[in-house]
Amino acid sequence: MNDMTPEREDRVANLKGMGCARKRVEDARFTQGKGNYIDDLKLPGMLHGDFVRSPYAHARVLSIDTEAALALPGVIAVLTAKDLEPLNLHWMPTLAGDKQMVLADGKVLFQGQEVAFVVATDRYVAADAVELVEVEYEDLPVIVDPFESLKSDIVLREDLAGQTSGAHGPRKHHNHIFTWEVGDKDTTEAVIDDAEVVAEESMYYHRTHPCPLEPCGAVASMDKVNGKLTIHGTFQAPHVVRTVASLLSGIEEHNIRVISPDIGGGFGNKVGVYPGYVCSIVASIVTGKPVKWIEDRMENLMSTAFARDYWMKGRISATKDGKITGLHCHVTADHGAFDACADPTKFPAGFMNICTGSYDIPTAYLAVDGVYTNKAPGGVSYRCSFRVTEAVYFIERMIEVLAIELNMDAAELRRINFIRKDQFPYQSALGWEYDSGDYHTAWDKALKAVDYEGLRREQADRVAAFRRGETRTLMGIGLSFFTEIVGAGPVKNCDILGMGMFDSCEVRIHPTGSAIARLGTISQGQGHATTFAQILATEIGIPADSITIEEGDTDTAPYGLGTYGSRSTPVAGAATAMAGRKIRAKAQMIAAYLLEVHDDDVEFDVDRFVVKGAPERFKTMADIAYAAYNQAIPGVEPGLEAVSYYDPPNMTYPFGAYVCIMDIDVDTGVTDIRRFYALDDCGTRINPMVIEGQIHGGLTEALAVVLGQEIAYDDMGNVKTGTLMDFFLPTAWEVPTYETDHTVTPSPHHPIGAKGVGESPHVGGVPCFSNAVHDAFRPFGLRHSNMPHDHWRIWKTANGLGLHG
Amino acid sequence: MIPSRFEYYRPDDIRGALAVLNEHGDDARVMAGGHSLIPMMKLRMAEVPHLIDLQGIAELRGIAIDGAEISIGAMTTQHDLIAHAGLADAAPILREAALQIADPQVRYMGTVGGNVANGDPGNDMPGLMQCLDARFELVGADGTREVAARDFYEAAYMTARDDEELLTRIRFTATGAGYAYEKQKRKIGDYATAACAALISRDGDRIGSASVAMTNLSDVPVWSQAAGDALVGSTGDAAAIKAATDAALADIDPTGDNRGPVEFKKHVAGIIISRAIARALSRA
Repeated sequence: MNDMTPEREDRVANLKGMGCARKRVEDARFTQGKGNYIDDLKLPGMLHGDFVRSPYAHARVLSIDTEAALALPGVIAVLTAKDLEPLNLHWMPTLAGDKQMVLADGKVLFQGQEVAFVVATDRYVAADAVELVEVEYEDLPVIVDPFESLKSDIVLREDLAGQTSGAHGPRKHHNHIFTWEVGDKDTTEAVIDDAEVVAEESMYYHRTHPCPLEPCGAVASMDKVNGKLTIHGTFQAPHVVRTVASLLSGIEEHNIRVISPDIGGGFGNKVGVYPGYVCSIVASIVTGKPVKWIEDRMENLMSTAFARDYWMKGRISATKDGKITGLHCHVTADHGAFDACADPTKFPAGFMNICTGSYDIPTAYLAVDGVYTNKAPGGVSYRCSFRVTEAVYFIERMIEVLAIELNMDAAELRRINFIRKDQFPYQSALGWEYDSGDYHTAWDKALKAVDYEGLRREQADRVAAFRRGETRTLMGIGLSFFTEIVGAGPVKNCDILGMGMFDSCEVRIHPTGSAIARLGTISQGQGHATTFAQILATEIGIPADSITIEEGDTDTAPYGLGTYGSRSTPVAGAATAMAGRKIRAKAQMIAAYLLEVHDDDVEFDVDRFVVKGAPERFKTMADIAYAAYNQAIPGVEPGLEAVSYYDPPNMTYPFGAYVCIMDIDVDTGVTDIRRFYALDDCGTRINPMVIEGQIHGGLTEALAVVLGQEIAYDDMGNVKTGTLMDFFLPTAWEVPTYETDHTVTPSPHHPIGAKGVGESPHVGGVPCFSNAVHDAFRPFGLRHSNMPHDHWRIWKTANGLGLHG
Repeated sequence: MIPSRFEYYRPDDIRGALAVLNEHGDDARVMAGGHSLIPMMKLRMAEVPHLIDLQGIAELRGIAIDGAEISIGAMTTQHDLIAHAGLADAAPILREAALQIADPQVRYMGTVGGNVANGDPGNDMPGLMQCLDARFELVGADGTREVAARDFYEAAYMTARDDEELLTRIRFTATGAGYAYEKQKRKIGDYATAACAALISRDGDRIGSASVAMTNLSDVPVWSQAAGDALVGSTGDAAAIKAATDAALADIDPTGDNRGPVEFKKHVAGIIISRAIARALSRA
């Protein structure tokens, strides 16, 4: 080998490719306050919009008087439903096949609903004008309970009166949206009825909210000279927004440019289309000026997409030895005033049918009933793939309840029911094909790491001491084993508004050997600019530091379905690898030509092609890139570019094993998380540091949801938790130190074996924290208590168990 | 979260602040750290046409310790309280309590004067000042007067301070008593579910003096004379702590909110009061 040639391992390290804990390239600007978020955008002549919102949860709108507002200097317009109606934009379609009012059309259906949109020259004037718009309401009876809603004579959605069928089949009642059934009902019921042991439980997974640090907003700019509409906004799926905007407005798609700038967290909240986007677009078209709309924190919490709100009823059966034989699940899903859930079209309850979890359950049945109430619309997947957090919470609670019924250790019950390694690919009773897994290895590693046996002994000692009156603190060992289903998804069964859920990457190699790649996804903090460059670096042999990653501009990026449901790495990451391989294939031809050998006589080696058997004869990727632009190579087009649109053959199924050790003050309800161990298997690991960051974030949002984060309503439909005083957003102080660990079980169908990780810790974390609370009280007879486990609810549990003497 | 229009004043002495207050009466409000007033203005729950920012008034800042007498300027921040070495010796309970107020960023701006003057039952310093038997100096056009912290609070946001007066200084006597400030809250930055300040000193093997005050358990801070009386003369045994706790509980009147219903708050208050007394005793 040439003396000047670096060692192979040095060349690998120089790439900073797959497996490297490369520092995030985004952080230089974020940590210095140099990010470019939507509210940083200031266009010449820009106007500002603000909403008049309903103080009522259910009321008829008798009149809207805009005269005083329009008289205020600086107010340009006040839009109401009447103004949008001629454009047919007073209602808009939702992602779930329903429609939603853009501005109140005759009545309001939830507190905080958009009633009128004020446009002014100044943000402060707009806020002043909002107060001057006089709306006359006649209040109507309010329904905040879905069970009551299904019995009520009150018709919430008068626009749907008489419609006995909706986007997802028959409607059983005027406040009913759909019934979604999966699995074999009769067999499941027969199996459970005849089982040796059956455990039943009802649980409410409360309504919460993703609460990204940056709320939603948009700047719409209609250029009346060239007819082009540019929409900057907080969009997790900018390309879909462009298509929807075109369909709604009638503006041809090539005349619409959608730009997602830096986004300050999404967690599902920025998937949907909100009235604020539509109103800022209309206002810009009407005025010919850019119009900015930014919601504040309270508006974000009370009106944009919530998560969960599932009432789940389960029955699980087993042999007396603990082998699970059947699972039955019914969900009453509170969707609020409009069905605006963000799910693939054919899945009105998302992937709730992953609720058989990590277990080999031969027979199962799931039914979900969607219901209208006087609450905000939404139903997004808050840091999880579609409804997977609900599904995993359900099964991981049912396992615990079954363990109680069997008088069995919950860790052992899991172990004897796990899908075995040799069963993959595994067909679940509810229709999924799990790609790969090695659950027993992960579980054993986790239990060993925390000394599970020792913890159980310590817990037994604690219970004994408590009974003797020597302590008032109980100890809970929370367990969870989860399987995520991410990477939606195969175009054959996953679409959003008809758009197949593929994703894309376009790679362009520059003559001097650096590159740019553009993707159909959009980072909201995930670190795509860092990790996608690493995938490419390994695939094409150009250092990650020499690769720019761009996303979020529909004029430049290839079409993609966006970033949510942990789909970026499984889908766009695969597209990136595939585009890289196309580059490499062409590079191989160029290298062979330059080295004067046959194509098959060269092979790729880290950052170069070498002649087989003669590694001293090589061309680096930089050499090849230059040649692609400066030489006429017979039979090969100039340039070095590739694009890949990737339609995944299957979802990916990341999994993990979590253990939480929690101390609970029985007298005050205060919890203290002593230790949290998280083992994640996300297949091939691209950047261990980014993975760890994702896990810390997801666990923290899990902790938040479990310990107090909720959108609560009173009987009048008033939001009781509309500010961060009451909506629990944990700080560093409330967050424990997390221990992370991993196993690696690559996805067999993904080009690089990666499965996605951003949402796993949330999915697995919620049942783990919750199970810790339950486990602490198990010796005193607790089977189940609903989240959130805030101080007073834990206190109530302890009180109900007679622990306050 | 956009306030209505207001005039902003930043006087550099007390006289200047009083002049604006006198001119605009009810339409003017003074602002210390702004943590309570600014959100209220942004929510348009407080209309303040004339806002007087006290940040520019140097004479309102600073901690003076003269023998046993401690004087703290109203614009002294919570951070200043925590960082002051002399104060940590003279009244360590103040440091312990200030460390339980929100987070460092809030404490860099939040002032002791704003905390006691606003009359918010959730604020920590009012109960603490009642426990210390502090006096508040009020300056108005007609001169200066002092009001005892224990007489200052009338109802939520209603205090003995006249609209045209400025709370300028807090005075109290140094104490070597055993101390504790016990607080339960849902998270950093939250108001207390229940909080209790206790100062207890021994006289031989008996308790010689005791002062117990509570935060956010009524519409005003609650100093419980009966709780102190139950402790004085006792040995501080379990029975005495229970008697004091029961006495303190008889003086509170919490309301239900998102932290929990009244039943829960009373139970937690009892636990927090007992712990505060026990911990103060352990230091007495």
